[in-house]
Amino acid sequence: MELQHVNVKLLVKNSEEVDLEPLIPVFHSWIQGQVFEELLLDVADYRHVPAGPGVVLIGHQGNYSVDNTDSRLGVRYNRKAALDGSNQDRLKQAARAALTACQRLEAEPGLKGKLRFNGQELEVFVNDRLLAPNREVTLEALKADFQGFSRKLFGGGEYSLSYSGGDPRGLFAVSVKTSKSHSVADLLNNLAS
Amino acid sequence: MKASNTLWKERLAGKMPEDLAREIDIFDTEVALRKQGKMDERLFAETRLRRGVYGQRYDNGQRHNGQAVQQMPYPSGELTKGPNTMWDAPGMQRIKIPGGGLNADQLETMADLAEEYSDNIAHVTTRQDFQLHYVHIEDTPSLMRRLAAANITTREACGNSVRNVTACPYSGVCQDEVFDVTPYSRALAKFLLGHPDCQNFGRKFKPAFSGCSQHACGLTSLHDVGFIAKTRSENGTEKRGFEMVVGGGLGAVPYMAKLFDSFVPAEEILPLTQAIARVFARLGEKRNRNRARIKFLIQDLGIEKFKELVLEERKTLPADPRWTEYVKDAAQFVESALRPAGEWPSSASEAFKRWLKSNTRPQKQPGYVTVTVTLPLGDITSSQLRSLADIVRRFTRETIRTTVEQNFVIRWVSKSDLPELYKALQAVGLGDPGAGTIVDVVSCPGTDTCKLGISSSRGLAAELRKRLAEKSFQADEAVENLHIKVSGCFNSCGQHHVADLGFYGVSRKVGGYAVPHFQVVLGGEWEHNAGSYGLPVAAIPSKNIPQVVTRLTDRYVANRTKNETFKDFVKRTGKVEIKSLLDDLARPPAGDRSYFSDWGDPREYGLEDIGVGECAGEVVSSVEFDLAAAEREVFEAQLAFENGQIDQAGKTAYHSMLHAAKALVKISNQNISDDPDRIVSEFRTLYYDTQKFFDPFAGGKFANYLFDAHQKSNGAYTSDSSRYLIDEAQLFIDAAHSCYNRLGTSASA
Repeated sequence: MELQHVNVKLLVKNSEEVDLEPLIPVFHSWIQGQVFEELLLDVADYRHVPAGPGVVLIGHQGNYSVDNTDSRLGVRYNRKAALDGSNQDRLKQAARAALTACQRLEAEPGLKGKLRFNGQELEVFVNDRLLAPNREVTLEALKADFQGFSRKLFGGGEYSLSYSGGDPRGLFAVSVKTSKSHSVADLLNNLAS
Repeated sequence: MKASNTLWKERLAGKMPEDLAREIDIFDTEVALRKQGKMDERLFAETRLRRGVYGQRYDNGQRHNGQAVQQMPYPSGELTKGPNTMWDAPGMQRIKIPGGGLNADQLETMADLAEEYSDNIAHVTTRQDFQLHYVHIEDTPSLMRRLAAANITTREACGNSVRNVTACPYSGVCQDEVFDVTPYSRALAKFLLGHPDCQNFGRKFKPAFSGCSQHACGLTSLHDVGFIAKTRSENGTEKRGFEMVVGGGLGAVPYMAKLFDSFVPAEEILPLTQAIARVFARLGEKRNRNRARIKFLIQDLGIEKFKELVLEERKTLPADPRWTEYVKDAAQFVESALRPAGEWPSSASEAFKRWLKSNTRPQKQPGYVTVTVTLPLGDITSSQLRSLADIVRRFTRETIRTTVEQNFVIRWVSKSDLPELYKALQAVGLGDPGAGTIVDVVSCPGTDTCKLGISSSRGLAAELRKRLAEKSFQADEAVENLHIKVSGCFNSCGQHHVADLGFYGVSRKVGGYAVPHFQVVLGGEWEHNAGSYGLPVAAIPSKNIPQVVTRLTDRYVANRTKNETFKDFVKRTGKVEIKSLLDDLARPPAGDRSYFSDWGDPREYGLEDIGVGECAGEVVSSVEFDLAAAEREVFEAQLAFENGQIDQAGKTAYHSMLHAAKALVKISNQNISDDPDRIVSEFRTLYYDTQKFFDPFAGGKFANYLFDAHQKSNGAYTSDSSRYLIDEAQLFIDAAHSCYNRLGTSASA
């Protein structure tokens, strides 16, 4: 099963303290500086929508957002362009992108350190129903890829993968958790090693 | 862009209506041909527009980042999908929803598409359509196939075609309607879709249906053709038909539709519309798109002549069984309830009571209500769409429609189910009260995504909504029921002309810097199918607009007479006093740089994204004083018009245009005389022939307003011509401001 359009979302700590408004100038400055290898295009503000996509940095290859879907606030990367390589390569690419964005946001002076990765939980989605329908069979087909990716991400340490299934109309999603808290930098190092 | 694109065609084979499937296959091929450079970009642009695939802001490959214009190096390089429109640039997909009617499966399809191809948001428009933004051109065939499998088409959602046929969302359940217009609107939509007589228009053509004359829901007055349900007795039998109006439209200068016939039998509405389409295609303007809507043709011909031509054309049409074959069934058309009729809940929390008051409306069928689901700025997430699909399945026979106020209306809800329904909506963030009230601000996309946007209509609307919601509990009932509508530019997609408080984006230069402003438009009427249009009062910096709302509503509460509407209050108070009430808000406070950016957008404001560059740092010049004087004159023209001095109003409006033109001419020729011929001639040479006055998208449209006005300046003004001229004068002056902004430092006078 080919995995494309991977989304990775890093849940943030103390989400109730995070104000999304300061993200808007931050994302505009990222476009100004074109801070990633991907082409960054625009900022979409959906703060008015409850449990919605929050503030989105629209890119050509992928979108970055501080997303509040399902009232779970997190830094999300949504890969739009198809990628070559293996499924694990694509999982790693999306995780790297989300982590890099998170690292930048944690360091942004305008956010005053309020946006912090919770260090223990991330969500992975596949934004393509035809390639990856939200069914048990998809999990079975992709389990090995997710396990390999998670081992790499957590440096061989313990983790748990869970698939709740949920609404079959939703995106296929798995949650990756660990009991040990990790920093963004550690996770990026693990992926790079 | 999506890896699964090639798979969708295979997966959906046999699941789409044949004609739609074929149509999409053709488009798919055209996408491939254009990508290979084998199809002309102009031809491709028109073909994609006719499938609802629209451009979006920055699609020319550049974006002003607040400091400088930044080039966007898209991977496909110089490949375009239309003139000056980069292939890879994200675009907007408009999706037609005739009469706003949807079922649960269609809501779910919309959810999937918003999630996979857009940014997880579906946007409901002011014409009952959906729009998805940030869509890649190469994903559009798959997106269309998935819609077609749900029996939805994007065909003719944009371009010079028959746009979505809108209809009152309360049709069939409204207590005040004459009869249910749903089957008639559907028949017309189906009949006109792809009709050969509708393929050669110079501009778009928008039909609308209403079940009554008194409410707003159908907005027939502002449509190219409008149908209002009527009955009459013939030989003791009640006969269904429609009052038919033509030539309405908003746009830069709004036109009120004119009566074509006070009663057209139902059997005649399709052929008569076909005849209108033929006349429009044959005689409508084609070259100058700024005068190509049917309203201009009707204005030029006069309604009687237009009617004569249409009726002549009608006689030549070959008979078509589709004209009448639906009519018999239409009379029997009825939706039904899923649940038994019920009673109002006996007890309710304060929050529930507020919601009941604003968001429910009793149906004509006892025991049932409609429920309005308020969408902030018309936006809904994929997850909410799925929940809404579940809700309409649980409580109704999937009877839900979009509205022109960018909301949903769920029909056939049993009164007994209201507590559970409210709870279900609240659980997914769709239970906000305030439908149709001052909090329910309508807005077009504006500078967020629209190429034509001048100011941030959505940014302003979100700010107003937030502030008004906070104090809505204390709001006076008279204020609570006002309508606010915001457009990002003069093109009126936010329908600002028919609001109590309307705003449209303009720019002004202050201290050498471009500052986002909104024109305040007062006196419009939403009821009576958009009964009258407001007029601009003053241009106010964007950041001061919330104060404008507060001041005007406070004054209304304090000074209104018993049962006085806001429109009547504005008329009684007079524009002079209202303008003076806002005078101190018309300039930003000295030194406050927050005024140089727009709501929700921290970039330093500029017009670069819609045109050529400007240079900040311009000193205040005499040009600005002259333009301000021209604005005063157009205001005086409005006052004269309101006082019934029609000819005086026309003359003053014309003079205000001369004044603005002269202001610009003076930049090059300080000695320009007051002779109108001289001013117009020099203006033409300096600004029209050089295209310096051209709006980036409207071209020479506003300059032509001056030339037309000058040409007709020796004649007498009628009420209509005077009214149109005032609007045109205001737009000409706005364009003069924009031109001056664009000229930058070279314009110092």
